[in-house]
Amino acid sequence: MRLYLHFLSIHLRSAMTYRASFFLSCLGHLLTTMNVFFGVVFLLDRFQSIGGYTLPQLALCFSAVLSASGLAECFGRAFDVFHQLLSDARFDRIMVRPRSLVFQALCQEIKPTMFFRFLNGVILLVWAVRSGAVAWTPWKCAVLTLMVLCGALVFFGLYLVNAAVCFFTLEHVEVLNIFTDGAREYSKYPFGVYGRSVLYILTFLVPLALVQHWPLQYLLDRGPAWYGALPLAALAFLLPCALLWRLGVRHYCSTGS
Amino acid sequence: MRKYISFFRMRLMAGLQYRAAALAGLSTQLVWGAMEVLLYRAFWLEHPERFPMGMEALAAYIWLQQAFLTLFSMWSWERDLISSVRTGAVAYELARPVDLYGMWMARSLALRLSRALLRMFPVILIALLIPAPYGLRLWTGGAVLPLFLLSTVLMLLVVCAYTLLIYALTFHLTDPNGIMVLSVAAADLLGGAIVPLPFLPEKLRLLAALSPFGSMQNVPLRIYSGDIPLTDAPAVMGLQVFWILTLVLAGCLLTRSGLRRSVIAGG
Repeated sequence: MRLYLHFLSIHLRSAMTYRASFFLSCLGHLLTTMNVFFGVVFLLDRFQSIGGYTLPQLALCFSAVLSASGLAECFGRAFDVFHQLLSDARFDRIMVRPRSLVFQALCQEIKPTMFFRFLNGVILLVWAVRSGAVAWTPWKCAVLTLMVLCGALVFFGLYLVNAAVCFFTLEHVEVLNIFTDGAREYSKYPFGVYGRSVLYILTFLVPLALVQHWPLQYLLDRGPAWYGALPLAALAFLLPCALLWRLGVRHYCSTGS
Repeated sequence: MRKYISFFRMRLMAGLQYRAAALAGLSTQLVWGAMEVLLYRAFWLEHPERFPMGMEALAAYIWLQQAFLTLFSMWSWERDLISSVRTGAVAYELARPVDLYGMWMARSLALRLSRALLRMFPVILIALLIPAPYGLRLWTGGAVLPLFLLSTVLMLLVVCAYTLLIYALTFHLTDPNGIMVLSVAAADLLGGAIVPLPFLPEKLRLLAALSPFGSMQNVPLRIYSGDIPLTDAPAVMGLQVFWILTLVLAGCLLTRSGLRRSVIAGG
């Protein structure tokens, strides 16, 4: 852990060296995110509600996923750009060191700008909470925290899959962005809004609905209490991800650079 | 003129080589299109009376938007043009007997067109197979298709003229990143990428329609889907022409004054 903090401070200092460009890219992320949210605001302004959800409730849903993906992208950045680690042979050097592979890979890249996405999510979350989306109880606060933390881990699992696939393809596979960038964008509405088939895919195949749609039903008193525990079930997704990663590492025989 | 056309053809050929990237982008565009259609379908089923355009028209808008995405996407800047200005490599271009602005224009047009040509047909084909009102219909009636194609060409010119204006600004600014970030955000919001213009609140919609961003994807997509009636099309396309002239003029002037100020210091 101390070693990781040391790497964190290195990455932070290197980002801060180019302060103007750091804040500009933060601004860029902020504007993109807010644009997505404005889209929701405009549509809700016209239609008042969708599937029985009001604007603050949708904001709650979006901000939980936004915070989760911000966390995952900040600290799991290395797996998002894993093809670079492979092509410049940084991963080869990692493999000869006596530390966990995942841990070392994580230390290679940390993206502090993404922490602002997390903050952005938290600010939106505070707004949603204050505008009375939910009648809060201690349990519901706990469920919301679970949604963010388990959500971050599910996104992290997706990045791990992305990295594991890179072992075979040696380049970035854009298709997987559907589940990372796409899921973040489309989580502006609870996945149930998109219809049953989308909801089932995102429940059983890539369990993003388990950290978004289902616990939200509990928060809004539209579903039984055990829905609130479903984010924990989503963690089972990490198991196949880890297996795929193992398989990838075993298959890997350097890029020769 | 011939040298610009041959430069355009050269760039177009080069752009058409990136087939793997296009294939990868294709699946993303199909999924995004499907998710958008599903989302608006939910609104449409729940509040059909508050829907500002027909579901069929909206579906056509969404699928064509995905098919032509690379024609108007504001985030695909040509970073090497900007860095050529910043590093001074642009001096090599100046040694050639062509106008820098014209050359950049040919290059931008070719890049966007080649990317779109690689991606559009599969998306359109699949969208045609989706049943109404969620898919794309092929036959749109007499004058719509020629008007759509014409306004697409105008749109491409508006987009390229706008991006070239930003590249020309690089001569005058040390760091164009700030204005690029703002441009992307404004184009997303006012261009109809986040939500189509008819869904915006009244005042914002008017501002968006008159801004250069409203002369981009908004016009051809809504002409095809029939949301802009044929009688209104000439006025809207007139506005497109106005923005092309304004942006090209501003871009030319800024390039020229930028070149006059800049001193190439050998090496």
